[in-house]
Amino acid sequence: MLVLDLALKSLRNRAFSTSLTVGSIALSFALLIGVENVRVGMRQSFSNTISQTDLIVGTKGGTIQLLLYSVFGMGAPTENVSWEAYRQWAEHPAVEWTIPYSLGDSHRGFRVVGTNEDFYRHYRYRGGQEIALAEGRANTDLFDVTLGADVAAELNYAMGDEISVTHGLGEIGFVTHDHMPFTVVGILDKTFTPVDRAIYVTLEGMEAIHWEDGAPPASDDGHAHDEEAEAAHDEDDHAHDEEDEPAHDEDDHSHDEEDEPVHDEDDHAHDDEAEAAPADDGHAHAGDIAIEDVEVRQVTSFFVGTTDRRDVLQLQRDINDFEDEPMMAVLPGVALNEMWQGLGYAETGLRLVAIFVVLVGLLGMLVSLYTSLNERRREMAILRAVGAGPNRIVALLVLESVCLAAAGALAGLAVVYGLLAAGQSVVEAQVGLFIPIRPPGPIELLLLGAVVTAGFLMGFVPAFKAYRTALHDGLAVRV
Amino acid sequence: MSLAIDVRGLRFRYGGGPWVLDIPELTLERGSRAFLFGPSGSGKTTLLGVLAGVLEATEGEVRVLGEDLAALSGARRDAFRAEHIGYVFQMFNLIPYLSVLDNIALPARMNAERRARLDGAGVKETAALLADHLHIGDLLKKPVTELSVGQQQRVAACRALIGAPELIVADEPTSSLDFDRRETFLELLFKECERAGSTLVFVSHDRTLEGMFSRNISLPDVNKAVL
Repeated sequence: MLVLDLALKSLRNRAFSTSLTVGSIALSFALLIGVENVRVGMRQSFSNTISQTDLIVGTKGGTIQLLLYSVFGMGAPTENVSWEAYRQWAEHPAVEWTIPYSLGDSHRGFRVVGTNEDFYRHYRYRGGQEIALAEGRANTDLFDVTLGADVAAELNYAMGDEISVTHGLGEIGFVTHDHMPFTVVGILDKTFTPVDRAIYVTLEGMEAIHWEDGAPPASDDGHAHDEEAEAAHDEDDHAHDEEDEPAHDEDDHSHDEEDEPVHDEDDHAHDDEAEAAPADDGHAHAGDIAIEDVEVRQVTSFFVGTTDRRDVLQLQRDINDFEDEPMMAVLPGVALNEMWQGLGYAETGLRLVAIFVVLVGLLGMLVSLYTSLNERRREMAILRAVGAGPNRIVALLVLESVCLAAAGALAGLAVVYGLLAAGQSVVEAQVGLFIPIRPPGPIELLLLGAVVTAGFLMGFVPAFKAYRTALHDGLAVRV
Repeated sequence: MSLAIDVRGLRFRYGGGPWVLDIPELTLERGSRAFLFGPSGSGKTTLLGVLAGVLEATEGEVRVLGEDLAALSGARRDAFRAEHIGYVFQMFNLIPYLSVLDNIALPARMNAERRARLDGAGVKETAALLADHLHIGDLLKKPVTELSVGQQQRVAACRALIGAPELIVADEPTSSLDFDRRETFLELLFKECERAGSTLVFVSHDRTLEGMFSRNISLPDVNKAVL
């Protein structure tokens, strides 16, 4: 087509201004597409915080609240779920696995999460990646802790360090049990999820933290506590009886009870305890506590994986209708989606800024085309003389504008893909944001179409001027 | 039908401005080589614009090659011009971003009728042949910005001549050439017009060339609008 040929040759003739214009449109369009890509990546990494979990179950309350405290480690639950109820659902025939969580405590600002080995077995994030240990082993014993990668890095903790855990969520909890220290036995690999910012203990360890005075509470659970132990609770903190006292801190020097020597190591104590405890049907006469002795009474929430995903909705209904306790099950995907919607304004803002930048790029093109018209009056007169009607002049300028916009947009796409190809792994390693490289999807095509259309419409501004000039100038020689 | 140009009671002005043209009568036989003389400001270029159908007569009748231009729509007039008229400007005749060849070929590419009149030869071949006739055959691939003024005018002449339009309009094409080159240029132009059977309207403010034409028209004599 002649006009297209002319438009292209004319643009090539003004190579410098053309490349500047294309370059500025390309950069602005790259920003727009880049924002789109980052948005998709953010959204994916957001919804990949957990994967392969079919249901998140907790006490009745807000969906997003449940999601926040059980997945993102934010906020606190109002109620817990009883251990019995948890077990009941964990043993439900449709349930393949569960991960129980006991939450509500912190250590120097990081969440302490009580869970069990199911966490290591079943927790998946970002398309099925498993929790892996960078160092050490998973926490299995009562006073074992495994640290998320960020916790270890930020608090500068190493294997074997002893840490104390606060009851409550503040930086400084209201009850600090320095006499109940935990030992770092493992550090997790970085996951770029909230897992990195949590401290993992056993469910039993979590129960132990909850003994506000450092002793197992007098219970209604059928465990017999001897009088002596009960009495001890009323005494001052330093007079704990040995049964609930972990062995390794300065407090243990105050132990003077009859049958247990002072312990410097857990392990030996546990062996003794393990044998002794069941026989006694209680915790009596133990200077240390074995994990087996601690009874987990409640969990905060639990993740559920089903055997057959078709059962998920039915299971969700059943849990929501559970009569014994107020419980709620949410589909993580749906809840994450709902939460993302709430964050949508940030997305919209980003996108809006990018759109304005593209508009500025296109306006630059408009200015460049418009100002070129004066020096092109001669060219227009020649074209008129050889038989080009005003409509062809208009077509020429509109086409030039469309070509600039299209070339800019395509170059912008190329910039985005180039940057992605070059920087994808760096970005993933540095910020944990995985931006997938995908072929241009409907959104990219839509934006491309929008930019070209905008170029088309804007082309009419210089075209209209050229049209008027052409009509007025006729064949007159005006330079 | 034997008249190439037949103007009756033509009046023209730009917008609401003063009359630029007021020509009661102006006719030109087909096949003639007319010299249209007029000093600067006598409305030469405006008249050519009207004859070429780029400008619309405010009043009166303008027939070019038998066609009443006022009766044609703007688009038809553009097509008519493309089909039947070759135009040469005083200077800066060429589209800077096209090669010599593309500049010459432009009217043929713009208009199917002009293309049809190439007698089966290709656009490029015809352009090359014309360039040969005007002694610029070796410049075809050159960017037009590298040509001398004389060479540019010959390229412009080739462009006007391609597809053998019935009417060639030249607006002071030689004013920037020295005398010898003017004559050579004119002789080549005449020869090609003859070959194509085209009527030539040659406009200049320079009377020294008058003698080479078959018909001389003084614009101040026919244009009553000029005081």
